[in-house]
Amino acid sequence: MRQDRLIFDQGRPGRRAQVQAPAASPDTGDLPPEALRRQPPCLPEVSELQAVRHYTRLSQKNFSIDTQFYPLGSCTMKYNPRASNSLAMLPGFLQRHPWAPAAQSQGFLACVQELQEMLCTVTGLAEFSLTPMAGAQGEFAGVAMIRAYHQARGDSERTEILVPDAAHGTNPATAVMCGFTVRELPTDADGDVDMQALREALGPKTAGIMLTNPSTLGVFERRIREMADLVHEAGGLLYYDGANLNAILGKSRPGDMGFDVIHINLHKTFSTPHGGGGPGAGAIGAGERLQGFLPIPMAGRDGDHYRWLTETDRPQSIGRLSAFMGNAGVILRAYVYARMLGAEGMVRVAEFATLNANYLMSRLRAEGFQVWFPQRRASHEFIISLKRESRDLGVGAMDVAKRLLDYGYHAPTAYFPLLVPECLLIEPTETETREELDGFVDAMVAIRQEARRDPELVQGAPHRLPVRRLDEVRAARELDLRWTPDA
Amino acid sequence: MSELPTELRYASSHEWARLDDDGLITVGITDHAQEALGDLVFVETPSLDADVEAGDACAVVESVKAASDIYAPVSGVVVDANGRLTDEPELVNTDPYGDGWIMRIKAEDPDLIEELMSAEDYEHMLAEEEDD
Repeated sequence: MRQDRLIFDQGRPGRRAQVQAPAASPDTGDLPPEALRRQPPCLPEVSELQAVRHYTRLSQKNFSIDTQFYPLGSCTMKYNPRASNSLAMLPGFLQRHPWAPAAQSQGFLACVQELQEMLCTVTGLAEFSLTPMAGAQGEFAGVAMIRAYHQARGDSERTEILVPDAAHGTNPATAVMCGFTVRELPTDADGDVDMQALREALGPKTAGIMLTNPSTLGVFERRIREMADLVHEAGGLLYYDGANLNAILGKSRPGDMGFDVIHINLHKTFSTPHGGGGPGAGAIGAGERLQGFLPIPMAGRDGDHYRWLTETDRPQSIGRLSAFMGNAGVILRAYVYARMLGAEGMVRVAEFATLNANYLMSRLRAEGFQVWFPQRRASHEFIISLKRESRDLGVGAMDVAKRLLDYGYHAPTAYFPLLVPECLLIEPTETETREELDGFVDAMVAIRQEARRDPELVQGAPHRLPVRRLDEVRAARELDLRWTPDA
Repeated sequence: MSELPTELRYASSHEWARLDDDGLITVGITDHAQEALGDLVFVETPSLDADVEAGDACAVVESVKAASDIYAPVSGVVVDANGRLTDEPELVNTDPYGDGWIMRIKAEDPDLIEELMSAEDYEHMLAEEEDD
């Protein structure tokens, strides 16, 4: 495959989308002269066909769930059913203006309100708001609510948020963004939070704790009820990071575990398009204590009439997170997905996600790969460490990840969680077949054989992609993301 | 095997410390640590005059693989930070015990450096981690 030039470099001055059709000269007669452009905008000057070919070619180079197995740990890269797309794109949804009055948006509002209720049922929380535009914004909303709760009680000494060392990096970042100090909790040898360290960390300064369950180590936090009691006794609240909800969907509920507030990545668990930075949806749910602080607007229902709940309904709300009410298209896709599954289907999602992960883990272990918590059952994901391969063959997790691309697999999450050396975090999701999982195991075994025979082959991977090994150090140090015209 | 100068003391979180003739303690990360992290792309050096307790996170190193806190091996005041690392974080990779030093601390009690591990003990610890 050849290197494509940037679309800016493919153009010629004056070239337009419709090459042969006569150019319409825009009528700007009624615009004041000061509002008119003096120079044309700096856009690529290409034909329509050039633009189509360019972006089609780029899309063909992409790794995506529609083309490849994508076992990216803690990301739940599951298949997004086409039905969700086509129903979310019904003209009535697609052409609804976000400022349309509620009376003209009853269908959309009903979907939002029903999804809020379904999420309450599946998580055991009291109420949901769907406004956060991404997972990180959902997290921010949750911790801002914890802060607002303590402030409303005049409890100003609570300045610390506890975060286990296995947490997603966004957790401590969120706590800091909300003005808290982070206290890190260590993990014990079995992958659970160190209970002794938790007891020692709790106190009058504790505002709350942020937990992912199952954790990013791919195991269920078994003493969660005991932890919840300890945190509550100390006056703190529990925040649930929904990144790994897929593993327990319909099986156990964060609300029953004692969590006060949770965010759900609809783009993970509820199968809406995911990756590439958006658009996402970080729906946020709260128990009774934090309910009043949820971000607005939420969809409410008065008898048969749906409407947006605003500041008037929710005087304690932390406020608005975006201009409107979240990513409408994403919310609709999640709604369709949830309705198609129903309660029964959601249980099967969790069961098959867990079964696939444990099958893949057992097969890799049988092939001699080092599973990090061999004594534990995997949740929806698990960790292998290539520490031995790295030490003995000089082929580490990054090399194997790059070589997997040559075999047509998107790499698993590499070097996360930070606690495990040379690790790959693998999450197959429920939507993969057994044949696909077996193919991945074959590729891993083949790559290890290559590493023994010819380590340089693996160290130099990828070989079959449009670009070879990227210089990640230079990419990080010399960011160059903006095209500028030649002077 | 990574390099372990015997005249240095070591912390379990992979920092080294050296008591210099001027009474200050120079701190960096070990050869093993830089090797595990891989190529560094960024070093956040500690704030000058910061009061640190032994075990406090006071600097950050970021590589292509991970970001990692650097912990103060002794209590005291940070009196100097290696400004060269802002533009040349790779010095930590190429010369972890020399030009890649991270900070200098005026310790409350410089003798407490003796409570850190010897090269031999640190090597032992690494071997045990390796056996996990």
